[in-house]
This record gives sequence, C-alpha cells and structure tokens, in this order.
Amino acid sequence: MTAAAGVPAKVELRGVKKRFGPKIVLDGLDLAIQPGESLVVIGGSGTGKSVMIKCVLGILRPEAGQIFVDGTEVTHLTGRRRDAALGKFGMLFQGSALFDSLPVWENVAFGLIQGHGVPRTRAKEIAIDKLAKVGLGPEVAALWPSELSGGMQKRVGLARAIAAEPEIIFFDEPTTGLDPIMADVINELIVSTVKDLGVTALSITHDIASARKISNRIAMLYKGKIVWQGPTSLIDASGNPFVDQFIHGRAVGPIKMEIRG
Amino acid sequence: MNILAAIGRAVLAFFAQTGRLALFTFSALAACVRPPIYWYLIGQQMLRIGYFSLPVVGLTAFFTGGALALQIYVGGNRFGAEAVVPNIVVLGITRELGPVIAGLMVAGRAAAAIAAEIGTMRVTEQIDALTTLSTNPMRYLVVPRLVAAVVTMPLLVLVADAIGVFGGYVIATSSLGFNGAIYIKNTMDFMTADDVRSGVIKVAVFGFIIALMGCYNGFHSKGGAQGVGAATTNAVVTSSILILAANYFLTSILFTR
Repeated sequence: MTAAAGVPAKVELRGVKKRFGPKIVLDGLDLAIQPGESLVVIGGSGTGKSVMIKCVLGILRPEAGQIFVDGTEVTHLTGRRRDAALGKFGMLFQGSALFDSLPVWENVAFGLIQGHGVPRTRAKEIAIDKLAKVGLGPEVAALWPSELSGGMQKRVGLARAIAAEPEIIFFDEPTTGLDPIMADVINELIVSTVKDLGVTALSITHDIASARKISNRIAMLYKGKIVWQGPTSLIDASGNPFVDQFIHGRAVGPIKMEIRG
Repeated sequence: MNILAAIGRAVLAFFAQTGRLALFTFSALAACVRPPIYWYLIGQQMLRIGYFSLPVVGLTAFFTGGALALQIYVGGNRFGAEAVVPNIVVLGITRELGPVIAGLMVAGRAAAAIAAEIGTMRVTEQIDALTTLSTNPMRYLVVPRLVAAVVTMPLLVLVADAIGVFGGYVIATSSLGFNGAIYIKNTMDFMTADDVRSGVIKVAVFGFIIALMGCYNGFHSKGGAQGVGAATTNAVVTSSILILAANYFLTSILFTR
C-alpha cells in the first residue's frame, strides 16, 4: 500500500478476485495508483477493465482481495462511510451515462445537489462554470442529453465528473465511438483537467493513441492480471509479447481472442 | 440424467430468483424509511402511475360495469331475479372487478413503463452513475415508485368503482328498462363501507406488486434493447400473475372471517 517516500497509494488493489458464474474476470489483480499520477489500463474487450473500476467504486463486490483508497481499506464499506469514500471519485462513463430525464445542467449539478446538498441555484452556477471548463457554452445547460452529439455528451459527462472537485477521476473508454478529431479533443480535455485539478486519474481504454496521450504510466490487463506496467515512454520497448501484440494490433501472438465470454 | 440435471437447474434458478426478489423487497422497504425522501419524485410518479392511468382504468371500468349489468340481467332472468342487477353490480365492482381491473390495467401500463425506464438506465450505466454521485438508487428510483403506487392506486380504484357502477347504471337504465332513481337507491342501500374498504386494501397491495415488479425487473435487466424488452414483458407478466394470486388470498382473508 505504500508508495515511494512513504506516501500511501491513492488507490490500491491487492489480490482482487471477481468472477461471474464460471468466468473468472479478475484473478488476483494487484495494482497501485500513486497520487497525481495518470495511469491507463489497456487490454482487450472483456478482460475485466470496467469490472476493476466498478470494484473500486463499490458497484461490484470482489470475492477476494482488498481495495485501499488513501491507505484506508474500502472493500466492504457500506452506508455513509461508503458514500464518503465515493465522494473522492468522479467518473466518466463509456456511454457518458447522462440522465436523460434531466437537462444538461442538472446532470452536471446532480452530485452537488443530491450528494453534497448544494442549493439548486448555486449548483446551476457551478454547472455552467464546469461546462465552460470543458468548452461548452451556457446555452448548452438548458438542452437535454438527447439533443447532444456523442462528443458533447462526453464533455458533459466530464463536466459532471469534475463538478464536485473529486480527488480521483476514472475514465472508462473515454474516446470510444468518437471520430479521431473529437477523440483528440477529449484527450486534450482529460490531460488539461487532470493537470489543472491536480487529480489522480485512472483510465481504461483499448485506444492506444489515447493511452499514450493521457497517461504517464500504462498497465496491461490480460486474463484478470496485470501482465506489464511501466512508464508510457517505455511501452514501445516493453519487451512484453502481450503488450507488443496489443499496441501493434496483431492477430497473431500470445493473446487469443475469446469469441464467447 | 440430463433431464434430472435440467430439472435441478430450473429448481435452483427458481429459488435463486425468489431469493433475489426477497432481498430486493427487503432493501426497498428498508430504503422507504431512511432519508433522504425525494418528495418531488414521489409527486411525479403519482402523476405518472395514478393520474395518467385514469383514462384507461375509467374506460375499462365503465365497460366492465355495463357488461356485468347485462350478464346479471340475463342470468337473473332465468329464475326471475332481474331486480338484483344494481346490488350485484355494486358488489362485483367494489369487491372484485374494480380492484382487479385497475390492478391489471395499471400493471400493463405502469409496470411496463417502470421496467423499461429503469432497465434502460441499467443498460446505459445510469444506475451506476447514480451510485458514483453518492445517490442510493433504491431511494432515488425505487422508493418514489413504490410509495406513489401504494398511495395512488386506492384513489384510482375509488374512481374506477364509481365509473364501473355508473357503467352498470347506464346500461341498466338505457337498455334493460330500470328506473334510474330506484337503481341508485338500491345501489346505495346495498353497498357497505366494507365492500369499498376491502377493494381499497386489495388495490394498495396490487400497487405495491406493480411498482416492485417493475423496479425489480428493470434493475435486473441485462444486455441491450432485447434485455430491456424482456424485463418489460416479465414485469407485466409477473405483476399480473401476482395480482391475481394476491387477489385470491386477500379475498380469503377479507371475506371468510
């Protein structure tokens, strides 16, 4: 749990196991994310990247292992203690997961109003400010999520993730489904957000270009375990056959694609 | 051997499903008594479940009352008891048909809508998003629907009772030769507060079943559009069956003391 210089890791998973029926998704996963670091976990579809994040957030409960946040175990927290731990996190979901029954500003302000008891008028001001931070004007605030393009939905999702000024932000496939230019815009936003807010970031993606851009460390997940991790600058010289096959997108190699989960 | 294994799997799946439903029900009831209570959402759901179901429940109650009057008249005619039409119509509507018709119509309308809405939220990760925003999905999504259904269904059935009896009155006076004033007098003389009260109790339970099955199936939907579709179908089918089963047991309890 302890990082360099005796500072506890911001988030640490130790021996985390999770299975769905007979399928083992996380098989004793060990991973630590240091404060202020931007870590990207890469891996193919169905390798358990999203499950890993959901275990940290308490949405899924691991069968074994421990999860620490700031050195405190959160694996089995419930009720208010869990809510307090969740207050440190912001999350950008793969499909943005905006509430389609609420206008954009209420989506952004949702955590402030419901989780932190901020009055609606003040929460709306904050929401408009956060929308500006992700490059959206105040006119967007009154729109409904269904009126937005995919890229705009991602931006709103990002504004919602940073609205309550979290210490840790998770990005789940932030560029999936976007055109290359919009994907780069989102990457830039992630980099600037992480830098400006000084947060710790954990992203999961199989978009290598995105991973290179937004991370300072990359870890590769395969069959429920981290098979390689290191600085982003070293990924091309990792010497790991799994990483080499993945970043070059080769069909031939040690990674066998499973047709059925 | 394979047949035994298949039976075993089905039995295990049934008990697993029953256990999940029991845990979900317990969690939902526990969430009902813990703050925060989202009054605005309860009001919104009361409108959706109760108020917007009025036309469909009213129409079905009207035609059911009319059909009931016709059937009783024809049946009573066989042994010279046509005069009991107002008595049996009010009894049948308030005790049985009003609550059951209202329950089944709202099950078709509201349970499907609840399951589809929550199911879509599940498959698009909106429920996970609620959790990450420090909001308990049980309190935010399930409690308002449960409370709204239990509160509005009795109000809805009172309206359904009145419209159902009115349906019988219209048919009896326009087609069967009954005098309007005498029909109303017989109806009022025969009806007791217990008849209405039993229907109200029944339909409150039906409201709970409708909201619970809508929420449960929505919460446990998987996959994409197909999963949401299956959840919606299951919500309507299971709530309809449970309403009819509960109706029998409630009738046994309320009327065989």
